[in-house]
Amino acid sequence: MATATKKKKAAGSAKKAPARTSKRAAAYTPPKKFPISFRVNGSEVRAEAPAHTSLLYLLRDLGFTEVKNGCEAGDCGACTVLLDGVAVNACCVLGVQAEGREITTVKGIGTVENLHPIQKKFIELGAIQCGFCTPGMIVAAYELLEKKPRPSREEIKAGIAGNLCRCTGYVKIIDAIEAAAGEMASSKGRKS
Amino acid sequence: MIPAAFGYERPATLEEALILLARHGEGARILSGGHSLLPVLKARLAHPGVLIDIGRIPALSGITRTAGGLRIGALTTHYEVESSPLVREACPLLAEAAGRIGDVQVRNRGTIGGSASHADPAADYPAALLALEAVLVASSPDGTRGIPAADFFTGPYENALKPGEILTAVEVASSPAGSGGAYLKAAQQASGFAICGVAALVTLSGGSIASAKIGVTGVATPAYRARKAEEALAGKPASPESLRAAAALAAEGVDPLDDFHASAEFRVQLAKVYTERALAEALRRAKG
Ligand SMILES: Cc1cc2nc3c(=O)[nH]c(=O)nc-3n(C[C@H](O)[C@H](O)[C@H](O)COP(=O)(O)OP(=O)(O)OC[C@H]3O[C@@H](n4cnc5c(N)ncnc54)[C@H](O)[C@@H]3O)c2cc1C
Ligand code: FES
Ligand code: FES
Repeated sequence: MATATKKKKAAGSAKKAPARTSKRAAAYTPPKKFPISFRVNGSEVRAEAPAHTSLLYLLRDLGFTEVKNGCEAGDCGACTVLLDGVAVNACCVLGVQAEGREITTVKGIGTVENLHPIQKKFIELGAIQCGFCTPGMIVAAYELLEKKPRPSREEIKAGIAGNLCRCTGYVKIIDAIEAAAGEMASSKGRKS
Repeated sequence: MIPAAFGYERPATLEEALILLARHGEGARILSGGHSLLPVLKARLAHPGVLIDIGRIPALSGITRTAGGLRIGALTTHYEVESSPLVREACPLLAEAAGRIGDVQVRNRGTIGGSASHADPAADYPAALLALEAVLVASSPDGTRGIPAADFFTGPYENALKPGEILTAVEVASSPAGSGGAYLKAAQQASGFAICGVAALVTLSGGSIASAKIGVTGVATPAYRARKAEEALAGKPASPESLRAAAALAAEGVDPLDDFHASAEFRVQLAKVYTERALAEALRRAKG
């Protein structure tokens, strides 16, 4: 109703301007939304988003705020999640590309009640200061240990090269990943 | 940073992708790993109307043996190339270059087809693809053609693909017996991109150098073959002196880049030093 009134008024005034106004109003169509169904930490998620929404924004908008927004350009790794088991920068993936995929965030690796050895060692060894890099760092460390269960310190450095930390100076992070690898290896040994 | 809105298509086959590309014309961009394209769109340096996501086309992935080498699907990620036993065996130089790209997350997602198409003058792959004399395979509704790497990179962020063409694979020959390759780069500290990256492939015959192929990235645009240095090595004894003399020609006749990362003069110096080091390492590996 409001728009109709406006249009009418415009039509009554100077000749050229109103044509422009109505043209502009007609040209805007909100971006099409795409249905996206995928899994996050084992749960089925159904969402809707325009194609230009990054997986980072999609996840955060859905409440998975453990996925951090650092640089949005692929540089810092704060947004690291597993996509079908592979560590990726969620800021450089589109939400629509998650269709049918399995996403794992730091909360899918271990919970407060049931911490993963990597998370436990990060806490025990003081590898967390402000904590902003931690979710991404732990996901990257998790993938590293999947690929290489007993990495050298150099291999750990290479494995977290895509994750920037402005607080710790990395030494304690590397210590924690090394210790977690040791604990995972010995508990595996005990099981078998 | 949010890109401007765009449409999205996810074809299931190459044929469908080519039809969509023809239909949308100039307004469309191909999306592979997104690790160059999405930052470009966020910086609003391009405004495509629609992205054609080729990420789920099975025909574009996988590494297979061919008569004389390997066919690497355009969607093969840097990590897959870096870790593939086939690539490590047939052309270890390519695996080494892939392993030097960015960081883990970038290598997990970025693709060889995307990197080649993006043709960043500081990217790692172009140096290796030039030294290996790779052929880039492009498909269009008119058929398929192979483009030699030396003709593919045409300028900064420019390649030889025609409108409507999609890069489908990269073909490389197996490196011959008695050959060795090495990729070395001086990386820009923050981004990891090459200020100078040199890929060298040396083939020995007896005690002398039968052939040397040298690809240089980051120094000039586009990445180039250091032909003068290659010619200076052919038939020469495999000695440190011949390597040094040839490496001195590594930036001969090129117009070096000059920016806040490195001056033109420094880049030329890096090209010489890294060419010598890459040749020496390639030679060491050729000797086994
Ligand atoms: C933080 C960071 C660090 C990086 N560091 C390095 C580095 O050290 N060295 C390096 O070499 N690279 C680096 N890169 C770039 C990375 O390697 C990209 O993955 C690569 O350049 C692009 O590949 P992609 O699959 O992501 O392509 P996309 O981003 O999807 O596409 C890139 C361009 O190519 C076009 N395109 C893609 N696929 C095709 C195709 N099959 N046919 C035709 N056109 C196509 C697209 O339309 C687009 O214009 C880095 C990137 C980031 C984000
Ligand atoms: S927010 Fe994704 S890499 Fe920095
Ligand atoms: S703990 Fe603060 S950024 Fe790493």
